[in-house]
Order: sequence, then C-alpha cells, then structure tokens
Amino acid sequence: MNRSILQLKGISKNYGTLEAIKEIDLNIFEGEFFSIIGPSGCGKTTLLRVLAGFEMPDSGSLYIENINMQNVPPNKRPINMVFQSYALFPHMNVLDNVAFGLRVDGVAIGEQTQLVKSMLSLVKLSGLENRLPHQLSGGQLQRVALARALIKKPRVLLLDEPLSALDAKLRNEMRQELIRLQKSLGITFILVTHDQQEALSMADRIAVMNDGTIQQVASPSYLYEFPSNKFVADFIGSINFIECQLSEIDGDIFKFITRISKDAFTVEGNKSLRIGQDCWLGIRPEKISFKDSDVVNPHHNKLSGVVTNITYFGQASMYHVEVIGEKTATINVMENHSQRSSYATNKVGDSVVLCWSTESTSVFTS
Amino acid sequence: MILCCTIVFLYAPIIVLVIFSFNDSRRNVTWHGFTFKYYEKAIHNNNLIEAFLNSLSIAFFNTVFSLILGTLTALLLWRFRFSYKSVYEGIILVPIIIPEICIGIALLVFFNLCGWPNDLPWPLNLSKITCAHILFSFPFVAVIIRARLAKFNLDQEEAALDLGANHKQIFKNVLFPHLKPALIVSSLLAFTLSLDDFVITFFMSGPETTTVPIKIYSMVRFSVTPEVNAASTILLLITIVLAAIAIWIQRGWAKEVEKS
Repeated sequence: MNRSILQLKGISKNYGTLEAIKEIDLNIFEGEFFSIIGPSGCGKTTLLRVLAGFEMPDSGSLYIENINMQNVPPNKRPINMVFQSYALFPHMNVLDNVAFGLRVDGVAIGEQTQLVKSMLSLVKLSGLENRLPHQLSGGQLQRVALARALIKKPRVLLLDEPLSALDAKLRNEMRQELIRLQKSLGITFILVTHDQQEALSMADRIAVMNDGTIQQVASPSYLYEFPSNKFVADFIGSINFIECQLSEIDGDIFKFITRISKDAFTVEGNKSLRIGQDCWLGIRPEKISFKDSDVVNPHHNKLSGVVTNITYFGQASMYHVEVIGEKTATINVMENHSQRSSYATNKVGDSVVLCWSTESTSVFTS
Repeated sequence: MILCCTIVFLYAPIIVLVIFSFNDSRRNVTWHGFTFKYYEKAIHNNNLIEAFLNSLSIAFFNTVFSLILGTLTALLLWRFRFSYKSVYEGIILVPIIIPEICIGIALLVFFNLCGWPNDLPWPLNLSKITCAHILFSFPFVAVIIRARLAKFNLDQEEAALDLGANHKQIFKNVLFPHLKPALIVSSLLAFTLSLDDFVITFFMSGPETTTVPIKIYSMVRFSVTPEVNAASTILLLITIVLAAIAIWIQRGWAKEVEKS
C-alpha cells in the first residue's frame, strides 16, 4: 500500500458567489505522478493554488505528510510549483534563477554552486549557466523553471499547464523528460492540464474535474474504459451516445430499447438500475466495427446506417455514419488500418451495419 | 526638407547661444573671435557658482524625496484597492497640468500664511524651493514607476514566495531589479526638472537662495554678455547629458519589454 503524502478533506473555495471548488476530498500518494484535468473554469487551477498556499480554502483542511497546512504560508510549504508562464526572473541568469531558492534559504555559496551544477546536468542545461532568460528557447525556459523548483527538493511538485507554451514536437520531448525526472527523483508530481493526451500519457492516476467537483479518480486506462459518468466519458477521448430506456434485467445482462424506433441493445455488467430508467449508452468509436448483417454475433449490438463522411488520419479513419433511429444521429466509427489494403473498405453513401460487443458498452444515467 | 526646417527651427537659437558663448566681445552682438575667457569668468563668478551649488543641492534633495514619495505612491496605487482610488490617481496628476505660474503664486501665499522662516542657515534655506520642486516632480516619478509596475508579472512574486523567499527578499531580489530602470529614469527626470525650473523657483527664491536659471535671468537684465551664454551652455550641457542617459536607459527597457 502506498503511503499518502497529500490529503484534502472537504476543501471548498468561493470567489464571491462563484464556487470555484466544492468539498474536494483527495488522497495523493508518495512518488506518484498525479494529474488533474478538466475543461477551463472547472476549478483545477484554484485547487492547485490552494495546494501551493496562494489561496486559502474557505473550508476543509489540507494535510501534507499528515501536517495541517492551515497556517503554513507558501514559502514554508514542502511544495514547489512550475508556473504556466515559467515566471523566471528576467534579470537573473540561469544559474541565479536556479539558485534562488537556495539563496533565500541561506545555503552556503559553495554548496549552492554544487547543487545547481548537478541540477542543471539533470535537466540537460549544463553550459547555459550564464544565459539570461530572454536568450533561451521555450524548451530551455521550461527546463530552467523545472530545475528552479526541483532544487528545493520538494515533497510535491506542482506543474500548472507546463507544456502549453511549447510546440507539438517539443511537448512530446518534454513529456518523456518529465516522466524520466519524476521516476528518477521519486518526487510526487501533480500536473494540472486541460490536455487529456498529456494526462493520459504521463500520469499514474488522473482526477477529472468539472464544475468545481472531482468526477472520477482512476488510472488512465480505467478512466478511458470505465468512465464513471457521462461527463468523464465525453471529456476523455471521443464517444458515441445513444439515448434509451432500460427494458429488461436478466442477472448481469441489461436490455435497453430506444423510445420510438425500438432498437434494442444489450449491455453486460453490474449496475444498480431500475426498469424504465432513462439511460445513455456510450460506445467508443474504435470499439465499433463494420459487419455484414448475417454474420453478426448474437452477443453483439448492431445498428444500420449510411456513411456520410470519412476523415482520414493515416493510421486510422473516422467514419461518420448517419443512423436512422428516433432522431437522425451520427455515430463515429474508428477503423484502424492494420493492413495497407484495409484502407477505404467503405465509401461515402454505402449502407453499413455497425456492430459492437455488449461488454464494450458503458451505461450512464442522465 | 521638412526635416531640415524643423531641426533649424528647433536648434538654431540654441546653437547660436552656444557659439556666442565663445565670442570675444563684451556686447555680444557681432562675432569678434574665439575665446574661453567668458567660461573662465563664469567659473570665477562667485555668485554664479553659489547659484550652481544651490541648484545642484535643490535638485539632489528634490530627486531623493520625489523618488521616495513617487515610488511609495505608485506602489500604493498598484498593490491596494480602496474606494475613490481613481479619483486619488487623478488628483496626483493634477500638479503636472496646473500652470506653473499658479503653483508659484499659490505656494508663495501658502508659505507666507504658514510663516515659513526665511532666515534659515544653508542648506535649510533651500527647503522652500525644494518643497516646491518636489510638488511638481513626484507626480512624474509616480507615473513612471506605476507604468513599470503594470508590466510586472505577478507570477514572479508568487514564484519567489513559492521558492521560500520572504517579503523583504522578494522586494530586494525580484521587484526592485524590475523597477531599477524606471527608478533611474525618473530620478534623472526629477533632477533635470528641478535644475531647469524657473517660474516656480522665481516665487520661492530670495537673495540668499538664487538658482542658476534665476541668476542667469538677473544677469540678462543688466546686459547679455557672453558670460550669460557660457553659464547657459553649462546648464544646457548638464541637462542634455542627463536626458541622454534617461533616453538610453528607457530604450534598453523598451527592448526588454518587446522580448518578454
């Protein structure tokens, strides 16, 4: 069992009448790479600022290594932060920027130089000690900001949208870099981002936030495959929703039916639902395949429609299929091109039968 | 063409002034030959030297106090929110636009009314003029510092706090270096404003407390000798050098802003 390093109990923060975060409970473990994601305005930045101590929560308490942080100011917390704007000191060179945290702590000059030197080699910036921030590239600035925070040996490192200012290629490189640093230092990282790719590819666990509350906390794969509600399913990756009603329960088998067109779907799993309840079925585009209607497995759900559009991505294509249910709806289907010849099996205007397994279908209550 | 015209229009009188400060003639109407005589004479004119000393002292004290008062005002306006803040901000700027002659008369009446002593020993006898100069200098300082503060990235302050710095360390290591160019520019401005002021000073000065502009004015009333030109040229030179330094710093500052 991992040791808990950071605990939030019922943390709330209001700005006037706006409830930025509501009753947040969260437990973050030692040495984990944790990510908080959500759309803009969901309260994730406020939560980060509460952790750093820049904002005081209106209620609830925050513990770091079982010590209440209530009256601990930001400059006394065992937490450091990498700012979205990097917030490097423009008049100081790389060396002085990185040494800043040691200097204000009164660390001896000799030791400072030693620590800065090893930190700069860790973030691969050796030789740039005397450059000023405006002489550095985006990626280098990011590394300086990281080094400056890490040199304080924090118990927890907060990263506020650290990669948003970098171009796509650099962002990828820095992702690997962050994972490497986190694993080699064993420091708990808390990454706040609105970019799900970033969170999915880097974090051990992810908290999805919306509207000031935490919707789900889980590992990336669990979050993707078993989203706990419609918001999480929609926010992480892309998904198709079908609105229907529960008509029959047979042990672990749930039978759903659409209101007017009476298309029937089967879902496996165990849920506490009652007959007649309005639900949403969620199916990820890559879980759906095209089948000839006569070879459809009886355990699969199916739906027929017409291809209206195809978006080609290279490794895969996204088909937009219009199905005639009670409303005309578009279902997205992702087809992987595992072979060269598998490209364009269907064309725009083709009638197709979509099919997916009962096990790959999620159910959400409205 | 227009460029030439404006340059001639702006600088011809000044160039004539400078050239004729080397004129070897008492009446200073026609050119009689080159000489440093009148500079020598100006330097050995004790009254003029005294006026220079007064001017420089006033400018120095004005700079110090304007800088403190202006910076504190700017910090107050930047950091805190209070009711009628915009009104306060406007009131501060009023001395910049009020006609100098009005300020001069107002101060004259005011100092008489509060019975400010006139027989103080040097340099305290300059206090009246210094106060008057601070009055119109510090709003300029406040405006410049305020503009610089507006460009401060507040994340830097939080970053410093996050890295363990206390408020004193943040001011010394983060905010002060950010303000430094603005502090230099505004102190140079306050210095030159004080050095060149005539109208307000005219109302405040007495026989013991003449400044260079007042002294030159009184010399002109007797006759325009090259000595007047020489004294003016020296004043001009000091002003130009200080202004050039201010512009040079401000340009560096503009460059830095462009980059960030």
